Amino acid sequence: MNAIIITALWGVVMMLRGVFSKNKSSALPWAVTGLLIALAGNCYELVQPQWFAGGTEYRMLFGVDVKEMLHFNSFNLTFIAVVLFCTLLYFLLNGRDIEKTGEHVSEYFALIFFVLCGVCLSATFNTLLTLFLGIEIMSIPLYILTGSDKRNLKSNEAALKYFLMGSFSTGIMLMGIAFVYGGNSSGSFFIDNINLGEGKMPVMVAVGLVFLLIAMGFKVSAAPFHFWTPDVYDGAPTVFTSFMATIVKAAGFVAFVRLFENAFGAVQSQWQALLAVITAATLLIGNLTAVFQQSVKRMLSYSSIAQAGFMLFAVFALNETAKEGLILYAAAYSLASIGLFAILVKMNDYTVDGFNGLAKREPVLALTATVFLLSLTGVPLTAGFLGKFYMLTAAMKDGHQHWLVLFAVLCAAISAYYYFKIIQAIYFRDSNEAVVNESGITPTFRYLLVFTAVLIIVLGLFPYILTDWLHYYIP
Amino acid sequence: MFGEYITIPHLLIFLPLVAGLLTFFIKNEKTAKNLSLLAAIITLGISLFSLTVLKRDDLNGLSFNYEWLKYMGASFSVHLDGVGRLLTLLTAVSFPLIFISTYKSSYKNPGSFYALMLLAQAGLMGVFLASDALLFYFFWELALIPVYFLCSRWGGERRIQATFKFFVYTFAGSLIMLIGIIYVYLHTQAIEDPKTHQVIADHSFALSAFKAALFNPAQQNWLFWLFFVAFAIKMPIFPFHTWQPDAYEQSPTAVTMVLSGLMVKMGLFGLIRWLLPMFPAAVVRFDNVVIGLSVIGIIYASLIAIKQDDLKRLAAYSSIAHIGLMCASLFTAKQMAIEGMMIQMFSHGINIIGLWIVIEMTEKQLGVRKISQLGGVAHKAPVLTIMLVIIALANIALPLTNAFVGEFMMFSGLFQFNIWYAVVAGVSIILAAVYTLNMIQKVFYGESNTLTAGMKDISFNEKLALAIIVVLIFAAGVYPQPFFDLTKETVSSLITRFK
Repeated sequence: MNAIIITALWGVVMMLRGVFSKNKSSALPWAVTGLLIALAGNCYELVQPQWFAGGTEYRMLFGVDVKEMLHFNSFNLTFIAVVLFCTLLYFLLNGRDIEKTGEHVSEYFALIFFVLCGVCLSATFNTLLTLFLGIEIMSIPLYILTGSDKRNLKSNEAALKYFLMGSFSTGIMLMGIAFVYGGNSSGSFFIDNINLGEGKMPVMVAVGLVFLLIAMGFKVSAAPFHFWTPDVYDGAPTVFTSFMATIVKAAGFVAFVRLFENAFGAVQSQWQALLAVITAATLLIGNLTAVFQQSVKRMLSYSSIAQAGFMLFAVFALNETAKEGLILYAAAYSLASIGLFAILVKMNDYTVDGFNGLAKREPVLALTATVFLLSLTGVPLTAGFLGKFYMLTAAMKDGHQHWLVLFAVLCAAISAYYYFKIIQAIYFRDSNEAVVNESGITPTFRYLLVFTAVLIIVLGLFPYILTDWLHYYIP
Repeated sequence: MFGEYITIPHLLIFLPLVAGLLTFFIKNEKTAKNLSLLAAIITLGISLFSLTVLKRDDLNGLSFNYEWLKYMGASFSVHLDGVGRLLTLLTAVSFPLIFISTYKSSYKNPGSFYALMLLAQAGLMGVFLASDALLFYFFWELALIPVYFLCSRWGGERRIQATFKFFVYTFAGSLIMLIGIIYVYLHTQAIEDPKTHQVIADHSFALSAFKAALFNPAQQNWLFWLFFVAFAIKMPIFPFHTWQPDAYEQSPTAVTMVLSGLMVKMGLFGLIRWLLPMFPAAVVRFDNVVIGLSVIGIIYASLIAIKQDDLKRLAAYSSIAHIGLMCASLFTAKQMAIEGMMIQMFSHGINIIGLWIVIEMTEKQLGVRKISQLGGVAHKAPVLTIMLVIIALANIALPLTNAFVGEFMMFSGLFQFNIWYAVVAGVSIILAAVYTLNMIQKVFYGESNTLTAGMKDISFNEKLALAIIVVLIFAAGVYPQPFFDLTKETVSSLITRFK
């Protein structure tokens, strides 16, 4: 609850700040402060029963009675903590570049805070209504951010495309909600109270389920609903692509898992095969298309589809390991991608060749980029490996559709091809001319990158510093 | 303190690791070289110490166990058993030899080069020591990453493609093995707290739990292949070998020594430590398939070796043939063959490193390694030639050399298993003599040409490295008993799984 309220309020604060102060460079400290407050509030909510109240009573900063419309447990609070932390890192790494995007710096930050509010809502929803609210609050500011580079035609195109496709999927989601609501005899919006019927599902509920699956698949860019992703990610200003491809995508997955676990977990066997096909298609399309990309930004868009394929395992399996794995995967993937995008933002040439000889020019950037890429590939000692390992274990534990696991690891092997192409450019290829491709790299930026890389390795060795939080008891 | 807080496995893993991390920050070539040589020699000392001082049944000081992923049932647990000691010794012996023999070579970014070499050593040590499946997988991959960077950064002209092929092959194999590991893991017993009998983890990654997991024959059949593919790629066994000649050819020689002397042993070790004890029924079922593939590989590689004009590729194919024989004899599940295979693992490592040193000498001085362009090196470099002839004779397993003992035992085991395999594989001895002697004749004897006229004999460091290898060749050839004593227990416990 704390995080939802603080992020919403701080979005307003940032907007007001934009009205009263035209100083561009002071927006970042304000945003960071707000984020720190939200993070602290959220962590307080998470650890409070254990650390402060001795497990007896439970108090929140904002004791709003939500009438069970929202549900808070250690899973979604931990996830929100991860999201807020990653956003903090994202602000610190990219803050100066957000300022360069356009005139309305405060508004950009305000929109990001509103997105965060949507993220928190869609992680904690307990009714179909709050799910819809969360997803929409998350999406609408993103349409604006995508088009924030007003004079760039590609950015405009991307924003329009995103908006049209997004509205379309919103429509499908609403229709799905209507079907599920109308079709189940209990007539309830609460996701754990939907009557799926004995034995056979009512046809309307089944149709609603498929519509919801499609709509959620669209939000997390699962194949075959992924077509908007490369264009939008490629067209949007790189700083915002970074945010969309990591934090927002992970939030989509948490919503996906929570919806299907609580509402449709009982009939898992009826939709699991469908989801397995979607997962396999996502993995295949994401990985194969990424191989052929010349632009690193576009390659990372396809790689985000490929990584989504792995995260879909959490929805596929829906067990404890899957939920732990999803948190770990989301953290590993977000950290590595945010780091990579932050490096990419500093570059003038987005092609793979732009990375040639980076090791000579910027050894710190080269080393950290390598750690991020190894983590995305899933090499042991990085968090990315453990994320994949948890996902595979979860799917194996589920015991159905073993072929999917084998298929996934073969796709992971393909992914090595395009991630290592960048590593090869960084270390083994020299740039022909003395062109410096990157600019604006400060010592602080380097330290932050090293910090991110170290964090990935620490998580890769000791995942329990994150997953243990999931076992906190929330009354 | 020793044996309680610091054990031999600690030192074997963490000494190269820490030294490697330190070396990254050293800019001066000489310092980096000397530091890594020193670390390698100390590691060798520790490894030798583990052979002599501690008694076999005294487990204290030979193993340690840290809590790691408690709720997943994975722990950081390592222990040093017979075959582990053999291969850690091989690793510990090889690295000083590699560093000594390439002492005069200079690399750009020497700090990184030596650091990655030491990290590779740490990874290899970990593979040979791990007694937890997840930890094994960690080290299995960690040994690969430094080698990938070494090959791609300091290798030959086509290095990027060649090493990437190598990486993708082994990475895909490892991932398939990971599925196998997870599947076996999900069928192990839960871990209980010994006092309260509460379940800590639902399953366990411990080696003992993996061995205790029971599978019906149908499960064993496909699990076997999941693991076998990973090990077969690493060894490599025909038809998974296509990465190998390119990778050997394109790598800098110091790294080729690591690849061919040590990393191929990871595959064999994986079979001994994990695959054979876990799925004995599947091993018996598929023994003909695997031995058949190995024998095909032996003949195939030997025939190709005869046609090779490039010294490095010749050695690479000869290595495929030798590894094929070792893999075949392992799957016979005959005591004699496996004992022979154990000693051959050590001998092959030493011999092939010797062979690479000689090739490196020739290439460094003359700039070519085409057999057709060389000739008459013996006139100019008599010491090098003598050393080479001894190593080459060991390579074709002449009596008195270390390889004879191993090959003899492996062939007799194979003979017991099926006479036809022994006959076909036996042809490879003749073929090995053909390509090895042919190479010696063309490169070292005959008239020296304009290219080889300027050849100088080897210098002190190379002499030293080759002398150590020659001494080891004869020592193990004349008195192989210590090796049998070392691996006796491993072999007999392996054999009992098949009875």
